[in-house]
Amino acid sequence: MTKIILLLLLGFLVVCAIGVSCAKSLLVSVVIFMSYSLVMSIIWIFLESLDLAITEAAVGAGVTSVLFFVTLRKINAVEEEKESDEPDTKKL
Amino acid sequence: MSRIRKNYENSFARHFLDFVKGDKPLPEEDHVAEWKSRVAEVKENERTENANYIEITEPEAYDAAHGSDMAGVRLFRKIYYILAVFMCLMIIGMLIMNVAYMPRFGATYTPMNNEVAERYLEDGSEETGVVNTVTGMILQYRAFDTFGETNVLFVAACSVMILLFHKTEPPMRADGRKRKKKSGKKAPAAETEVAPEVAAASENAPAAAETSLSCVWPQSTAVEDPGTAPDVILQAVARVVVPMIFLFGLYILLNGHLSPGGGFSGGAVIGAGLILYNAAYGFRATRKFFDEKVYDIIKVGSLCLYALIIAYYLFTGANGISSVVPLGKLGNILSSGLILPINLLVGLEVACTMYAFYALFRRGTF
Repeated sequence: MTKIILLLLLGFLVVCAIGVSCAKSLLVSVVIFMSYSLVMSIIWIFLESLDLAITEAAVGAGVTSVLFFVTLRKINAVEEEKESDEPDTKKL
Repeated sequence: MSRIRKNYENSFARHFLDFVKGDKPLPEEDHVAEWKSRVAEVKENERTENANYIEITEPEAYDAAHGSDMAGVRLFRKIYYILAVFMCLMIIGMLIMNVAYMPRFGATYTPMNNEVAERYLEDGSEETGVVNTVTGMILQYRAFDTFGETNVLFVAACSVMILLFHKTEPPMRADGRKRKKKSGKKAPAAETEVAPEVAAASENAPAAAETSLSCVWPQSTAVEDPGTAPDVILQAVARVVVPMIFLFGLYILLNGHLSPGGGFSGGAVIGAGLILYNAAYGFRATRKFFDEKVYDIIKVGSLCLYALIIAYYLFTGANGISSVVPLGKLGNILSSGLILPINLLVGLEVACTMYAFYALFRRGTF
């Protein structure tokens, strides 16, 4: 049973790794990367290294993704939805 | 008898026929000129309205006449692809060759079977007083390596600071009025060299200078407004979760020698908690207990203390086995000599680095 779950998780890792490189939106690829880290931390638990699991969850899924998000926002790769429907006259 | 209109040469039908045949383009209305004149008008308006206007010149449009130059670019691209594939194959080949030199599975001379690992497992807990052998290994037998890793973190944070840190305040800030007043003296002096009129205006009314600055870069307010982003759900969740995260991080730090975890894991957890707190309550709330000064003190202080401990280890014989600090009873919190303080110091260092990365990436200051 454990082996089946482990194999499923490993397959999910491969799918995530392919998805990160194939996703067109940078935001989507960051989210996929985040889920990759989360699954990786579960796999570390299966491999009986809890300290690595904690670090992976905190750094891989948490801090790194936040840094990616902040950077995407800084370079204007994430577009915010406009609240008003009026055309943007300032931009001319 | 065909009917030819008198003014056929200039009629629309004639022009259209010519256009279809490809002889002559349709007389287009001058959209481009009109557009350019409107853009120039708007630019002129902005220039007169705010004195700090900075003009951004647009790059020249691609000239079709120089299309023949593109052949070189295309050739370069082809060579580039070929070289990239070649490099990849080279690296793969080198890695596979290296794998061929690795010891076989189950061979007697593998690192798995040498005496170092056995020594760690058998005598580790007596010599270092830890239950978690991994911590004893990285913080006692190989404390010098871990010191190098901590230095790497320190250098990484320093280089991010060199790249992204603003000493002066960014012009658009919703929070931190106190600091704005402090730096208010400096700003007009710097502006006198650039635009004397603005400086004169700002002496009379510093608020006016700020508004004119905000006109120059209106996007910067839209892109990041870290001070005023109160999300009610996030704040309510953070109020419950952040103390638990800090507590868990401290638990990992203090139990590093007893249970899985240690400096790096605990520090990462605490750093993530700090980032969550900052995201929920903004920079103004975080700066009440964590600003540049605290950051500098914690970061440099913990690294220096760690260096002192390492120096003591080196003095007593390269690893901490023969230090005079008592090891205590196996399994207690206060045991295993200097491992507990080292864990704490490494954790503080890592937490500071995590939060510094976030703050510097987000805003450039703390």
